[in-house]
Amino acid sequence: MHRTKVKIVEDVLDANNTIARANREDFDRHDVTVLNLMSAPGAGKTTLLECALATRPEGVRIGVLEGDIQGAYDSDRLAGFHIPVVQLNTGSGFGGECHLDANMVRSAMPSLPLHNIDLLIVENVGNLVCPAEFKVGEDARVMVCSVTEGEDKPLKYPLMFRACELVIVNKIDLLPHLEFDLSALLYNIDQVHPDVETIVLSARSGEGLEAWREWLLRVAARQEVPA
Amino acid sequence: MHELSVASAVLATSVRYAEGRPVEVVALRVGALRQVVPDSLRFYWGIVAQGSVCEDARLELTEIDTRLRCDGCDHEWELGIPSFRCPACGAGEVAVIAGNELEVDYIEVRELAHA
Repeated sequence: MHRTKVKIVEDVLDANNTIARANREDFDRHDVTVLNLMSAPGAGKTTLLECALATRPEGVRIGVLEGDIQGAYDSDRLAGFHIPVVQLNTGSGFGGECHLDANMVRSAMPSLPLHNIDLLIVENVGNLVCPAEFKVGEDARVMVCSVTEGEDKPLKYPLMFRACELVIVNKIDLLPHLEFDLSALLYNIDQVHPDVETIVLSARSGEGLEAWREWLLRVAARQEVPA
Repeated sequence: MHELSVASAVLATSVRYAEGRPVEVVALRVGALRQVVPDSLRFYWGIVAQGSVCEDARLELTEIDTRLRCDGCDHEWELGIPSFRCPACGAGEVAVIAGNELEVDYIEVRELAHA
C-alpha cells in the first residue's frame, strides 16, 4: 500500500460558480436582470424592497426571491404588492445555511415566472460574510449597511464591501440620535472598495430613495453597472 | 459559520478527486482576504468529513498574505490595514495579486491493493 499525491489546484467554490454561470445564462435567455441584495440582519433589505415596489417603477416587472434560514415573514410582508415572490428556506442544512448558493437559487427557478419578470431581486440571508462568497447568477450585487452598525464595518468585512457594485447606507434619519460619523463610514468604504457607487438614504423618511429607484431602473434597463 | 460553508466545499472538491481512495492529507491554500479562521475551519472539517473518504484526513493550511499592485503606477505592496488605494499614487484601480486564494492545492490518498 502506498500514498499518492494528487495535484488539484482548484478553487473550492468552482462547483458553485459553475452553477451560478448556468443560472445567469438561463436568466439572460429570459431577459431577466438579477440583483443579489445582501446585508447584516436588520439593515433594512426588506424595507428597501418595499420602497422599490411601492412606486412600481414604470414598465419594470419585479420578482423577488426571499432567502431566510426559516420562516416566511419577509415574503408575507411583500404579499400585498401582488408580484411573484418565492420564499427559499435554508434551514435544512447543519444549523441552517447562512447564505443562498447557486444551487438553491437554481432549485427555485421553476417556481418563478421568468417570462413575466424584468428584474429579479434576490434577498439574501442576513450575514456579512458568507453571501459574499457564493455567487447565485446575479448581474449585480448590492449591499446595505445601516448607520447603527458602526463606521468600522467596511474594515472588518472587506470581503462583502468589495463584492458589491453598490453600497446603500440606510437609516440616516437616526443620525441625530447617534454618535455616528457618516464621513468616517464613507471614507472606510472608499478605502476598502475605492470609487464604489454609494447611495445614502433613509427607507423610513424617504430621504435619498429617489437615487435607489433610479439605480434600479438603470440596471433593469440593462445599462452598464459600473464595476 | 463561514468556515462551515468552506469546509463543506473543501470536502466536496477533495472527495471528487479521491475517487474512492482514503484521503490522508488535504492541502489548502487560503488567502488572507477570504477571512477564514483556521481553527474554526479545522473544527468544522472534523464534523463534515465524518463518514467520507476524508474522515481521517489531516487538513494542512497554507495562509497567504494579501499583495496588491496599482494598475496606474505598478507599485506593489502587502496589505496591512484594509486600504485598497495605492499608497504611492492614491489610485483606486488596483489588482489583487495574492490573498484571494481558497483552493485545494493537492490531496494525498492511500492506494488500495487490487482485489
